[in-house]
Parts: sequence; C-alpha cells; structure tokens
Amino acid sequence: MTAPSTARAEMLGRIRRALGQSRSVEVERHYHRTGALVAGSGEVLDLLAERLEDYRATVVRTDASAVPRVVADLLDVPSVAVPDGVPAPWLAELTAEVRRDEPALTHAELDDTAAVLTTCRVAIAETGTVVLDGGPGQGRRALTLLPDRHVVVVEADQVVHSVPDAIARLDVTRPLTWISGPSATSDVELVRVEGVHGPRDLRVVLVDG
Amino acid sequence: MSTFLGMPTVRPQPSRPPRDPLRWGASFPHAAHETLADGQLRANLRTATRTIRDKRRRVTAELDDWEQLRDAGAAIKASAMARLPDLLTQLEESVTARGGVVHWARDAAEANEVVTGIVREAGAREVVKVKSMATQEIGLNEALAEAGIDAIETDLAERIVQLAGDQPSHILVPAIHRNREEIREIFTHRMGDAPEGLSSEPRELAMAARAHLRARFLRAEVAISGANMAIAETGTVAVVESEGNGRMCLTLPRLLVTVMGIEKVLPTARDLEVFLQLLPRSSTGERMNPYTSMWTGVTPGDGPQEFHLVLLDNGRTRALADELGRQALHCIRCSACLNVCPVYEHTGGHAYGSVYPGPIGAILTPQLLGVGEPGGPAGAHDPTGSLPFASTLCGACFDACPVKIDIPAALVHLRERSLHPPGPHAPSATDVSMRVAARVLSSGRALRWAGRAVALVGRLTGGRAIRWLPWPGSLWTRVRDAPVLPVRSLAAWWARRSLR
Amino acid sequence: MRIAVFATCLVGTVAPRAATATVRLLERLGHTVDMPADQACCGQMHVNTGYGPEAMGVIRNHVRTFAPVLDGRWDAIVAPSGSCVGSIRHQQADVARRNGDDRLARTAEQVSARTYELSELLVDVLGVTDVGAWFPHTVTYHPTCHSLRVLRVGDRPRQLLEAVEGIELRELGEAEQCCGFGGTFSLKNSETSAAMVTDKADEVVATGAEVVAAGDWSCLLNISGALDRRRTGVRAAHLAEILASTRDEPWQGADL
Ligand code: SF4
Repeated sequence: MTAPSTARAEMLGRIRRALGQSRSVEVERHYHRTGALVAGSGEVLDLLAERLEDYRATVVRTDASAVPRVVADLLDVPSVAVPDGVPAPWLAELTAEVRRDEPALTHAELDDTAAVLTTCRVAIAETGTVVLDGGPGQGRRALTLLPDRHVVVVEADQVVHSVPDAIARLDVTRPLTWISGPSATSDVELVRVEGVHGPRDLRVVLVDG
Repeated sequence: MSTFLGMPTVRPQPSRPPRDPLRWGASFPHAAHETLADGQLRANLRTATRTIRDKRRRVTAELDDWEQLRDAGAAIKASAMARLPDLLTQLEESVTARGGVVHWARDAAEANEVVTGIVREAGAREVVKVKSMATQEIGLNEALAEAGIDAIETDLAERIVQLAGDQPSHILVPAIHRNREEIREIFTHRMGDAPEGLSSEPRELAMAARAHLRARFLRAEVAISGANMAIAETGTVAVVESEGNGRMCLTLPRLLVTVMGIEKVLPTARDLEVFLQLLPRSSTGERMNPYTSMWTGVTPGDGPQEFHLVLLDNGRTRALADELGRQALHCIRCSACLNVCPVYEHTGGHAYGSVYPGPIGAILTPQLLGVGEPGGPAGAHDPTGSLPFASTLCGACFDACPVKIDIPAALVHLRERSLHPPGPHAPSATDVSMRVAARVLSSGRALRWAGRAVALVGRLTGGRAIRWLPWPGSLWTRVRDAPVLPVRSLAAWWARRSLR
Repeated sequence: MRIAVFATCLVGTVAPRAATATVRLLERLGHTVDMPADQACCGQMHVNTGYGPEAMGVIRNHVRTFAPVLDGRWDAIVAPSGSCVGSIRHQQADVARRNGDDRLARTAEQVSARTYELSELLVDVLGVTDVGAWFPHTVTYHPTCHSLRVLRVGDRPRQLLEAVEGIELRELGEAEQCCGFGGTFSLKNSETSAAMVTDKADEVVATGAEVVAAGDWSCLLNISGALDRRRTGVRAAHLAEILASTRDEPWQGADL
C-alpha cells in the first residue's frame, strides 16, 4: 500500500508548504450562544408550533394525559412502526397494526408501513426543527424515513429556543437526523413542492405540562 | 448515454459534453454571447434569482445576530485553514476510531480511482448519489460509467440535469436553466418509467421523480455523497438537504462513500451551531432546511455498515498557497453570491464553463487550476483566465456571503495573476494601451492636455451625441451613445475662474 | 474650510460639469475651494483591470498631489465619485504595500483618511443636509454600487436630495442592481454589460422621471448613454449638479 500513504504524505506536505508562516486565527463568538427564551416555556412552545406550521407540519398541542387519544387520532392508518422505548400507554388507543422493529423490519416491510411513531431528542423553536438521535423511542434512521407519515411526540422540556441551545444538548457522535417540516423540493422553477422522498406528512404532538 | 439518440426534442446544455468539469467551452465573453441570446433562460433566471434573493433577505433579517454569525463563520474557517494539517489528521483518527476508512486523493483521477475501486470491490453495478459539488468537480459519474457502474443522481434537479445530458448551471438548483415544460419533456423521453400523460405541474413532476427513484433507493447497495462539513474532533460528517434523497442514500445502502474537499473540515462540534444557521438561511432562504443528517463512522445496526471518507485535494492546496485568494476555500456552497450577482442573472451558469459558476466560481475555478502559475491558464481570453474579469465588482456577492469572502478583492487579485504569468511574454494590445494610459494618468500635465484634446473634439462635434465609434469604442456604442463632449476643458474653466 | 477637489480622471476629461458643480456648491456654502493642478487619477481603472503594478505611478502621483493635506494646506479633500474615493480608501495602500512601497502605503492611508465622497463631506464633515438648492424636476436616483457597498454612504445622498426645493423623487425599481458599467468590464464583457444597462434603463424609464441622478459620473455615462440611444429624453445629472442648482443659477444640464 505505497500509493495511498504517498498521497497522504504529499497532501499534508503541500498544505504545510502552502500555509508557510501563516499565523493562527482567534475565533471570537459574539453571536447569541444561548437563546433568549427559556427551554420548555410557554413562549418557546408557541414559537415552535408557529414555525412548524410555517413549514406545513401538522401540530397538535395537548397535555400528557391526552397523548394516547391524540396519537390514535393522528394514526388513522392501517399500520404503524413503533421503535423500542415509546411509552406503552401511548399505544393504548391505537387502532393501527403496530409493527415492532424486532427482529429488524426489512426495507420492503418499512416501505409498506403507513406511519411511524417516535419520541425525539430535542426540538428547536426558532427554526421549527425536531432532532432525532436514535435514542429510546426514536429507532434507527430507516424507521423514520420510509413510512409516509411521521408522528413525533415532543415533550415541553425538550424544546429549546435556538440552534446553539440544541447543539449544547446533543451528542453529535450519535446518528442525528434534523427534521424541519416535511421533505420538500423547489427544483422546478423554484416552486415549493412538499413531500418528495422522505415522509410527506409530518405531525408533531406537542406535550405541554 | 446512448439513449439520447432518436430523442431530438431534448438538446443537452451545453451542447457538447465537457472533457474537464472545471474547464469547458470558450472564454467567458464568448460563452456569454450564446447564453445571453437565450431569452427563455434569462426569463427563468430573472424570476428564480429574484425569488431566492427576497427569501434570503427576509430570513437573514430575522436574526439580530446575523452579522456576528457571519464574523464567527469567517473566523472559524480562517482558523481551520491555518490548522489544516492537524485537523485533517485528527479527522482521520476520529473517523477510523469509529469504524470508517479514510482515503487521501491528490487529484480527480486518484479520487475516481479510489471510489471506483471501492464500488467494484463491493460488487455493485449501480450506485445512488446525493448531490455533491466535489463529485461533479472530479467527473465521478463518467469515471464510474467507464468502469461499467451506473451512478444515479437522486436530487431532483441533479437527476434532471443527468437525464438531459446537461451540465449544472447553479450550485443549489442545478437545473435552474430548465423550465417546467422542458423538464416534462426530459422526464417523458428519458426517464424510462415516466407516467402516461405527465403534465408540467411541479408537483406532478416531483411525484414522478419520487416513484422513479423509490425502487432504486430500496435496492441500492452503495451510496456516494459529498459532505457539507466534517468535525475533526469527533469524526462527524454532515449533509444538509431538502428532499430526503440524502437521507435515503445515507441510511439505506450497506456501504457509503463520501467524497469531501479538504477545506470542509471544522474543528469542533460547537462550530455546527454557526454553520447550521448560516447555511440554510443563505442558500434556500429557509430558517432550516427540511433535513440534516449527521453520522460518525459506522453505527452498528443503523445505516451503512461500511463507510469510506475520501479527502480530496484537486487544486485546493494550490489555492491555499495564495494568501489573498485562499479565502475562496472558506466557501460553504450556499449559492447566495450567485443569486445576487447581476452578471450571473444575465448570463446563467453555463457561461462560466465550470461546475462552479457565478462569483465564487470566478475566483475558485482559476485557483484550482492555478491561473497565472507556470504552465497554468492565463490571459483575459483564456476560458479560465477570463473568469476573474466576469464581474463588474459591484460587491453584491461580498455583502451576501455568509462567511464574508471578499470576492471583489479576490477577483481583482486574480485578474492581476491572470495577466502577469511568470516569465517573458509578448505584451497584448491591452497591456500596451494600459501602459500608455498609466503614463497619462500619472501626470496632471498630461491629463490636462487630454482634457484640452477632448474639448477640441467637443467643439468639432458641436455638442452632438456620437452614436457610433470604431473598435474598441464600438463595444461601448453597441447599445449606448457616447457622451456629448464638453467644449471647454475643466482646466480652462478653473484657470479662468481663478483669475476672477 | 479649505477644501481640495479631486475631479477624477473621467470627470476631468469628459464630464467637467460634475467638478464645476462641486466647486460652485462648496463656494456657495462659504468654503474656500482649491483644485490642485497636478491631480490626475486614483489608479482604480488599472488596479481593477489587473494592472496593479502598472498603477503604481498613478497612485504615486495622486498621493503626492494631495499629501499637502497632511501639512494643513487643506482641511479636506472631496471627490464627486463614490467609486474613486472607494479606491483611494480601500485599494491604494494595499496595492502600494503589495508592490513593496510601504512608505507610499502609509502616506496613502493618511491622505485617504482626509478624503471624502461629496455626500459624506456634506453630511458628516460639514454637517449640512439642506444646501439651499432648487431643482424643479422629477428625479430618480441610482445609488451606484461602490457608494453603496464599498463606501457605504447609506442614505446620505437621499437626505441631501430630499432637502432640495422643488424636486420630486421617484423610486427606482431594483435600484441596488448594478448598471453594468464596471470600468473595463463594459468593453471586455460588452454584451453582458449591454444586457445589464438595458435592464437599468428600463427601470429608469418606468419611473417616468425627467432626470436620472447618481453620485458617480461613470455609471451615469453608462445609463444615460443607453437612455440617449433609445431617445427616451431622460437626462442625467450628477448629485453635485442638483445640489449646485439654485433659482439664480439653475441647472443647465449641459457641460462647459
Ligand atoms: S462564496 Fe459565499 S455566498 Fe458564494 S456560495 Fe460560497 S459561501 Fe455562499
């Protein structure tokens, strides 16, 4: 394997020569390192709801006790994939067939599943974003990709104001998916079309108090 | 592609497939001569660029710390460049520690060889691709095709471009030069499985693409992507997208190859908080793009179980050696500079003869190819050497750039590089006239004489407009009258006034 | 105040009216005006066309001519051009330094610190927005790229124009779009330049204004050239001409 190591050495050599005596650069961060709104506050939830709707996601706000009912209403489909770690009570009123990822569902099976129900890791109000990190209740990435409807339950204390707030809470070495509204394209004459390859239908249950 | 034959309704743009993705076609003025004549293209571009421009203005105004974010973005990039060797080796270590394999490629050929080798080894005949400028730049699809591997672009616009046999004409919206009717034609004739009676409604076209690509996603064994950024500290790679084709490629196949320019590395995870604000707002004018995926090496049981990261030079170290020009490497490919550029808006992307069009292309392409270096392209009439001249230096790009790349300053600097290659060379007509002009403009006396000469012509023409001038004045009088000249010189007026 | 006028090479040869108006305006406001005889050009055309080394003599002449401002000969230098002042402020020292003349670079920096574009001088240094002008015409104003994005003169020209008696300002569509001049760009990329100025002229015509105004004669030359070619009848006026115009000495719209 002489060639690859030569490429590596040569590239690093070229870079060092190109940089010469360049001095290091100080990075100053004068932008807002934390959002102005308190995580989990009413204001931050309002903002999240508004921004999600702006990107045409469906938002339902509810209190904890009504989650099973709301989830069942949003999942009026034949089948739903449910990853490990989704609280059992949420499934109580489901009429859809529940598909567990145990053993792992094949791509074809997932493609044939109408919806998926998950929790999330964090949500960003300012940008209308829900972040999944594969933790409990979120499943592996394919699970939230192939079914056409994604119902995600966001709890109040998971909602932060800004992007830096979210980064502070995340472990980036986990597989992360940031979702802001349903998939979309503007490739034809810049006309926005929602729903291309990812789930075309994003429904967010916002649990307050 | 042999399927082009017998389908005369779709003409590829540009008409001949390029040999070098960074250098095809004529010099900028000649290439622009063709694209300017395309009224349809100009109308498309006008609406398109204005739409994105307004959206971007709105969402960037929404953040009261936008300028501070730009400052931080610029500083992070500059500091990353200064520490590039350390960051790249650190990235290599982190990716390797998490089960990935890192490759280094000095140029396009080497990168293509590495990727082709990996795909061959995996035994795949078909790969799905996420839109990526780096793989465009190295002509990876063509290299794979030569090896008998079919590379399928999965981004809608990129697929349109691929099916039409076009070159992309915009960084973000590669098919911006095609309108809905043309896209319908392309799908109907080239897709193979287009639905009967497909209309030109954008929604219908997008759904046709969804159906067309779905089966290919599900059966794909290998995916190829680019990277918007990679974090040295953790080995995390990020791809920012809208359609979900990226998620499909990054999640479903068992093997993933990512080709990334060495300048995309960022030091820490914290830096993401800056670029995930700057990029979406600057590129699509959204607060956040629909999907961002991040992965670190291989995650057991989730996503591709084999991951290769190819670090690409291909002229980047050459750009790095230019202290002023190297800021072009800070580019995050948002395309804001294209959307605000009045030259781009009129000529379109194909006039730049490179996969990198617009203002950033005008400073990046020449540096990747070593303009004005020994053996490099040079001169205002060369396809690459003419690129830095393709700007009025109006500064709109600098104002829009989220990482504050001083594109006008870099353009001016590269003009100088393009016109002053090393070693002896015969002066051009312009060189000679500029030297003469420099003499006149270095002396108040000479300029006063020039003023008197002009006034003399002014008296002879008697305040009439001059509608036609011989070359090179004809370049001016093409659409403009020459000015009505004064009949008395400024110096004469001043001398008279001072006497009073 | 004692003020030195830098006419710029373009105005000095083909459009003296912008310089004569500047002189008349400043004198009317009670200042002593000088026009140093050795002045020629700031070097921008050479620098921007890629002839930085060749521009050194031009820059040297400019700096030498205006250096007396540092010994108190004048209190300020003014030029009726955002573009040239932009070059003086942001390019001259850089070019000098890159071509190995640090002393010239330092002097250039000092001189540039005393050099102003007309609207900057009036609003920031002299503190006036109402200069007592009278201009009974409809006017549309093109802000010019270098005034806007290199010098960042902001709404200073606007403040000055709004205070003019009798003027009627008309909003220009896509005002901040470049007119396509770009110095030698208009020759090197003449077709693209032509397409750009055609759009600009369309926007001007759409306002229905009698006069198109700007703070840079170069852009005006481009825009009015296109307007004249189409026989639109729209006339061009430099900002200085509008501000110099009074009931006693109304604007003629012609050169010397
Ligand atoms: S140069 Fe700046 S504005 Fe242009 S694409 Fe790159 S980051 Fe965006």
